Amino acid sequence: MRSTRKRAMLAMTSVAALGLLAACGSGSPGSNATSDGSGGSQVTLKVVSLKPGSEDSAFKAFDAQVAQFEEANPDIKIESEEYEWTGPTFAAQLAGGTLPDVFTIPFTDGKTLIENGQLADLDASFKKLPYADKFNPNVLQAGKGEDGKVYGIPYAAYGIGLQYNRTLFTQAGLNPDKPPTTWAEVRADAKAIADKTGQAGYATMSQSNTGGWQLTVATYARGGRVQTMNGAKATATLDNAGTKAALEYLKKLRWDDNSMGSNFLYDWGSINQAFAAGQIGMYTGGSDVYTSLVTSNAISSKDYGLTTLPLEGKDAGVLGGGTLAAVNAKAADKVKDAAVRWIDFYYMKKLTNQDAAVLDAKTLSEAKQPVGTPSLPIFDQATYDTSLTWIKDYINIPTAQVKTFNDKIFGQPLVDEPGRSTQELYAALDTVVQAVLTDKNADIDALLTRANTDVQALLDKP
Amino acid sequence: MTTVARPAHAPAPARRRSARTPVTWLRGGGLGNLLFLLPVLLIFGVFSWFPIVRAAVMSVQQTNLVAAPNFVGLDNFRSVLADPLLWTAVKNTGYFALLALVLGYPLPLILAVLMSEVRRFKGIYSALAYLPVVVPPVVAVLLWKFFYDGSSTGVFNTILGYVGMGPFPWLQNASSAMPSLVLEATWAGAGGTVIIYLAALTSVPAELYDAAEVDGASVLKKLWHVTLPQLRGVLFITLILQIIGTAQVFLEPFLFTSGGPANSTLTVLLLIYDYAFANSLGGDYGSATALSVMLAAVLAVLSVVYFRVTRSWSSS
Repeated sequence: MRSTRKRAMLAMTSVAALGLLAACGSGSPGSNATSDGSGGSQVTLKVVSLKPGSEDSAFKAFDAQVAQFEEANPDIKIESEEYEWTGPTFAAQLAGGTLPDVFTIPFTDGKTLIENGQLADLDASFKKLPYADKFNPNVLQAGKGEDGKVYGIPYAAYGIGLQYNRTLFTQAGLNPDKPPTTWAEVRADAKAIADKTGQAGYATMSQSNTGGWQLTVATYARGGRVQTMNGAKATATLDNAGTKAALEYLKKLRWDDNSMGSNFLYDWGSINQAFAAGQIGMYTGGSDVYTSLVTSNAISSKDYGLTTLPLEGKDAGVLGGGTLAAVNAKAADKVKDAAVRWIDFYYMKKLTNQDAAVLDAKTLSEAKQPVGTPSLPIFDQATYDTSLTWIKDYINIPTAQVKTFNDKIFGQPLVDEPGRSTQELYAALDTVVQAVLTDKNADIDALLTRANTDVQALLDKP
Repeated sequence: MTTVARPAHAPAPARRRSARTPVTWLRGGGLGNLLFLLPVLLIFGVFSWFPIVRAAVMSVQQTNLVAAPNFVGLDNFRSVLADPLLWTAVKNTGYFALLALVLGYPLPLILAVLMSEVRRFKGIYSALAYLPVVVPPVVAVLLWKFFYDGSSTGVFNTILGYVGMGPFPWLQNASSAMPSLVLEATWAGAGGTVIIYLAALTSVPAELYDAAEVDGASVLKKLWHVTLPQLRGVLFITLILQIIGTAQVFLEPFLFTSGGPANSTLTVLLLIYDYAFANSLGGDYGSATALSVMLAAVLAVLSVVYFRVTRSWSSS
């Protein structure tokens, strides 16, 4: 018995010792994310590659581009990792220090991250770029801090549009080439679709802060604003006339016309899914959502139509958004320089250089990814139009079906998202949207007043 | 055989009482004990006790996990208590617990009693009862979410349509959302409790039933006067476990409705999650941990009170 026990003890000790050795020896992949690489002059740069689950051919194309970059810049070594921006995981990666050196973030979060000091100051390296002064100032604004310096480089921008299902339009007896141009027409078309096809004629996002986001879109489209800035003080104006009108509109469509179907809890992913499945006639969303509809929801391209939002009222505008390429604030200076060179090569070149644009478009179209999804110019319209002509052989989205959007979007004024406590503001509006859609007796005024008080309390916090 | 009586004043046989020194501990195999305990200690320490301590520390700090935290005393607790959503969450959690108690507490007992009366195919019934427990919870919820589609072509609405019951909004309406959640939670959790009750039922002596039969008791009377009292111990345990479990419900509200529609399914744990993770820029970890600490304290007090009150009733 003793010897068995001793043998067991020995076995346990050796297992424990091996385990400890393995844990210590594996090193920590995340914590050294921003150190200089080994070797004299070579800098190791950790960058994000593609969304997890992207096609193999897309990854191969990315690797080919990495090889091209490394050849042109022998002093930089690229290490890439898959990446997808989602709220909770981004916050956790940021806190855990495992974010790569170069990563992408939506405009919405840009300002706050800059204020928190989490993005590196790229101003000096940015100014050396040949196209630094060609940026559309409204777009570049999204990546600038309050000191006017550039902390994130915008490489993609979109405006909100009205997506509609052409097949449902046809089935309802409507002309898919003549999408609605006023909110009254949207209402009439939604009713026609609901009556003739039984599907929801109109739907809106309502969950996970997207409800508030789309309600803000609807507010802007009616000339309202949900937040005003007076110097450094922010005032919540959730109970403005535009938001009230937007909610009354939803109430009428839901309860009077019954044209919003039977499901009302939608977030960005689920509304796209329902739309691609042919269950929704119209909804508002980013103009670039077609890419996701194809790659994640297998939409049939003949179903897709995109037009501009009806803008009604003074100060009506379109909510714009986009993506910034940013660098981790903890990166060393050499890494920051390398990072801007990578951003220039991978994200920006295709916007200004014909060869790069063609290569990128070719790679995407070979991987069956959509090319030419409607977006907004980062520089000016002339540059944007030129870049479209470069890749016109590879554009594989149904351009005729998004023509009304492309024709009219540039004439629509762009409005920024509310700048302070954006997520909390959207979350407060989520509740209001859900209440209006699920409770026939929802008191819109009371709900908005309450939400306004709650958000103002947040804005007033030091 | 006579027993030899011990003389009254003879001293007890001297026992060698060794002092408990480290040497004796070592010789007694203490090192081996420690080594065997080490994995458990490590795992519990790293994944259970350390996070608990860390959470308690964070509840008195203001931290975004990036910059250095600052100590704010009880501010987090105050701000959580001042949040209007907290009372909504507590009310909803209470409502969920109540519905789960009314629907989900008697059901496994009834099923177990029925299954124990069955003569043949007992094994199949047990397997069928336990099957929902085996389905991964997330999969079960996503399946039910699909079944709960509010249109008349949704799975449940179609089936109910066959018997003439109108399409129900299920998750799309504030008043039917919580009951829908409880329905799925009961379906998923009843099986485990059924198995426990089945085992407990086998310990009820058969003579008691025979005696009751002789006295002319009906089936229901036997259930009330024989089965329930005999199962008292198990029933008390499962009751407190159910209450503690339903107070911490997160999965169903999170996956079905994210707390909607209009916060009607927002529970305390979902509120904690929202505090911590709903904001993509880093959440209010101080408030989240403060609420967690408060929830843990309330449940601990509840358990202590419960066991005190039922001490005289339980069979142990």
